[in-house]
Amino acid sequence: MEIPVKLSCQHVWKLFGDGAEAFLSANDNVPSLQEIKDAGLIGAVRDANIEVREGEIFVIMGLSGSGKSTLVRCLSRLIEPTEGELLLEGNDLRKASSQEMIEIRRHKMGMVFQHFALLPHLTVLENVAFPLDVQGMDRSAREIKAREVIDLVGLNGREDYYPRELSGGQQQRVGIARSLAVEPDIWFLDEPFSALDPLIRREMQDEFMRLQAMLHKTIVFITHDFDEAIRLADRIAIMKDGAIIQIATPEQLVLNPATEYVEEFTQHIPRAKVLTVRSVMAVERIEEGERIDADARIESIAKKVVDSGRSLPVVDKNNEVIGSIDREAIINVLVGGELSACGVG
Amino acid sequence: MWRRLSERLSVPGMLWLSVFAFTWILSAYSRDISRALDAKWIIKYPPAWRLSLKNDISSAMQWLIEDASFGLFSFTDMTRGIAWAIDQPYNLALAVLSTGFVEGLGQEAVEVLPAISWVAVVFLVVAMGQYTKDWGLAALVGCAFIYLAVFGQWDSAMITLASILIAVPFGVLGGLLLGIAAYKWRWVDKLLRPILDLMQTIPIFAYLVPILFMFGFGPVSALIATIIYAMPPMVRVTALALQSVPSETVEFGRMAGCTPRQMLWKILVPSSRSALMVGVNQVIMLSLNMVIIASMIGAGGLGYDVLASLRRLDIGAGLEAGVAIVVLAIALDRLSQAFAERRVDLMRSNRNRHLLLRYPRTILFVLVGAASLLGGYLFPILQSYPESLQFTTGVFWEDLVRDININFFDQLEALKTFLLTGFLLPVKRFLIGIPWPWGLVVISFIGWRLGGWRLALMALALSGFIVANGLWIKAMTTVYLCGVSVVIATLIGVPVGVFSALNSKADRIVSVIIDTLQTLPSFVYLIPVVMLFRVGDFSAMIAVVLYALAPAVRYAAHGVKSIDPQLIEAGIASGCKPLQLLWRIRLPLALPEIMLGLNQTIMLALSMLVITALVGTRDLGQEVYIALTKADTGRGLVAGFAIAFIAIIADRFIATGAERLRERFGLVKQEN
Ligand SMILES: Nc1ncnc2c1ncn2[C@@H]1O[C@H](COP(=O)(O)OP(=O)(O)OP(=O)(O)O)[C@@H](O)[C@H]1O
Ligand SMILES: [Mg+2]
Repeated sequence: MEIPVKLSCQHVWKLFGDGAEAFLSANDNVPSLQEIKDAGLIGAVRDANIEVREGEIFVIMGLSGSGKSTLVRCLSRLIEPTEGELLLEGNDLRKASSQEMIEIRRHKMGMVFQHFALLPHLTVLENVAFPLDVQGMDRSAREIKAREVIDLVGLNGREDYYPRELSGGQQQRVGIARSLAVEPDIWFLDEPFSALDPLIRREMQDEFMRLQAMLHKTIVFITHDFDEAIRLADRIAIMKDGAIIQIATPEQLVLNPATEYVEEFTQHIPRAKVLTVRSVMAVERIEEGERIDADARIESIAKKVVDSGRSLPVVDKNNEVIGSIDREAIINVLVGGELSACGVG
Repeated sequence: MWRRLSERLSVPGMLWLSVFAFTWILSAYSRDISRALDAKWIIKYPPAWRLSLKNDISSAMQWLIEDASFGLFSFTDMTRGIAWAIDQPYNLALAVLSTGFVEGLGQEAVEVLPAISWVAVVFLVVAMGQYTKDWGLAALVGCAFIYLAVFGQWDSAMITLASILIAVPFGVLGGLLLGIAAYKWRWVDKLLRPILDLMQTIPIFAYLVPILFMFGFGPVSALIATIIYAMPPMVRVTALALQSVPSETVEFGRMAGCTPRQMLWKILVPSSRSALMVGVNQVIMLSLNMVIIASMIGAGGLGYDVLASLRRLDIGAGLEAGVAIVVLAIALDRLSQAFAERRVDLMRSNRNRHLLLRYPRTILFVLVGAASLLGGYLFPILQSYPESLQFTTGVFWEDLVRDININFFDQLEALKTFLLTGFLLPVKRFLIGIPWPWGLVVISFIGWRLGGWRLALMALALSGFIVANGLWIKAMTTVYLCGVSVVIATLIGVPVGVFSALNSKADRIVSVIIDTLQTLPSFVYLIPVVMLFRVGDFSAMIAVVLYALAPAVRYAAHGVKSIDPQLIEAGIASGCKPLQLLWRIRLPLALPEIMLGLNQTIMLALSMLVITALVGTRDLGQEVYIALTKADTGRGLVAGFAIAFIAIIADRFIATGAERLRERFGLVKQEN
């Protein structure tokens, strides 16, 4: 049962600088990083291929300047890619006229920005209703809809405030509410929590997960914070110098880093946060004891297993026993022992 | 003695000294030289070599007005159309504020509805003050308008206000649209930039002439001139404000699916509202600056009063009307600033109230207006402020000036003679004496030394234009008047600036004085000066110095303040005494900034010079002024360009000079 692909991009390039297109085709669409630099261009995105599946949280992660923002803007055609193919639900997005793009953005896409991008002259209510206003919806209808999403992000009572009267976290809640007001199919978030304090950031991540549990959007989420990435992601794409180095689940990234660069990222991450029960369980099936979900992260069940003092059965989605897990395996993960030894994959 | 001097001077110093000495000799003996060589052209540019640019422009204008046609309509139809479009709202505003609505003409005219009463106007501005900020502002603007009534300036002030009320929206809207075009299309931006730069340096008078020629003498011409004069900063502010909208905000607009039009009017313009309001404030202030000048081509009101009394040398009346302009300017300036800074969120509580409560001021104003209108038929005092209760300070000022003149005549005269014979006249003789061919050589040489052959060529071309149009002597007179004024303004301004940078109490006092000097319309300086010193170069110089002092003080203060404190500490640590600290560290490091101030001083001085033509100078300003009275377009424009070119040469020389100083001190370039 394959989950359908919502949005994909193939061999997407974005080079900044004069004569980028001519340069790219002159090099058979495969210039190296050095060649790009020598030509005086900036290779912001180089040959990116991604497939975002319906309902998943797809995180793009990389250090500052690695091209994350550029890539996500290419996906929504805020920036026109120099080269490459974009497919939205199987339709060629790059063939859409500017009129069609306006329609697609109005109804199918929502975006949250790092610095919130709220309109200073509008109240919270008006900001959230703005995308609907642009579509020509009448005032009372759009305000009803806007109040709904304001409720959803927990800002009720603040409808008549102006952005500058809100804290950073509250402002980003407005940004989130505004992007949700049009009920988009695809939700782009460009480092939405990077401008917030660590404590608020954590709270907003929880809030974000709560919303996603309700809404099941297809999400492209940008971050430069690996902790944030593994907390939220179904899959992570790691970018470096404009190129995507690896796309994998958080667990696979930790278990099988494609390059040393990825490994460096994953080194400092506590294994218990990333690994699922499935990856460390023993194949031996037992029936007695509290059942443990195979897809749960070790972190969340560690206490249960250790406290029980014995092996517990591991079950899959259909509540069928597929293996067992004991204290030793958990402690192994927690103290960072050899992973591959007990990994089943 | 000579040897010691030459030892102390560096090689470039020697070079400049010898160039100067040679120029001095040439200047002093130019007459003898030209006679000896039998070459009169050396001192007087031969009329036969002149470009006929003046006449060409004039006949082009003639052609435009008489024959030019765009197919469907002629050029004259177009100017008439523009005039009509401006005339309509202006007449309405004038009727509301000043004349009242009348039916019929001349003797048979019947007043249908009187103008809005002074009580209602005062109430309106008070309400606006309270609405935009607080009761403090309300009191200030209320007092300002009551002042206008009490001191008998009401009628003129309302005429002026009517023209401001028309000029400002046109200026703002035009500037906004041009700014938007410059933001959207690069080529518009590229096209507009040099035009705006040039417009800032051409004296206003120069473009009064073609306007006068096209639209005739009258309030419409005055309004058009005001609009053209006040629009450029709005264009710049708009383009800049739109560019500085955060890119994320623009991206949000695109993601929300805004059409280009929605993007402009729902995102870009409203989110740069506060920056745009700064532009609006600029337009208002520049329009007020134009009030007096505009009266030369037909504006009535306060500006006309000032101009008329200046011509009659009626100091008291001129001063009163001048002060009234200042009062009006302060009131409008504060009001529009408050409007720009007003925080929308303060009014949130209003939203859900009953309609009547939501607009209390508007409703009260309508009530007061109606009451004073009806009551005005019974008690005329409500309609217009009675003459019997008016005060005039005219006599007081006249007496004051007369007293000063009687009691201090000798001292004033001595000061005047001393400066004239000791400073002004020698400089004048020197500059005017320089034979023009040598003048061109020196200017190009300076350009070459400062900025290479490009600058040299530019300077040569611009000064060549002046010579080729036969304006060399007049241009040198301008340079002389401007030069002596700038020297004196710098001698006064820089020490004051340095002092105020080092002493915070002095700083506060100085900045109040400087702010006031800058809000006064330029003409106001002329009145007391002429009263005390009568017409002539000396009066012109004093007026220019007063007008151009502000930037010298400001930049010097800023330059000294922004010196890296570590450098000062290093100086103290190495044992500098306070005075050494000043001479060895503070002044040299502030020098680039002081030079930028000098640049600004020169610009202001040049623009003031044209105005001082009224008190009988004989420079390019006078040329423009004469062209204005004769409606001679070519003459006015050419002289205007000549002034602009002097300004551009001075600007480029000083800017590159300051840049080189910066490099020498290793300072980073700052944006100013
Ligand atoms: N409009 C532009 N013109 C030229 N270069 C650009 C432009 N936008 C981005 N770049 C360059 O492209 C590269 C990638 O930029 P991008 O903003 O996508 O990085 P990022 O991963 O989002 O970084 P950050 O975490 O700082 O937001 C950078 O080197 C940047 O300097
Ligand atoms: Mg980014």
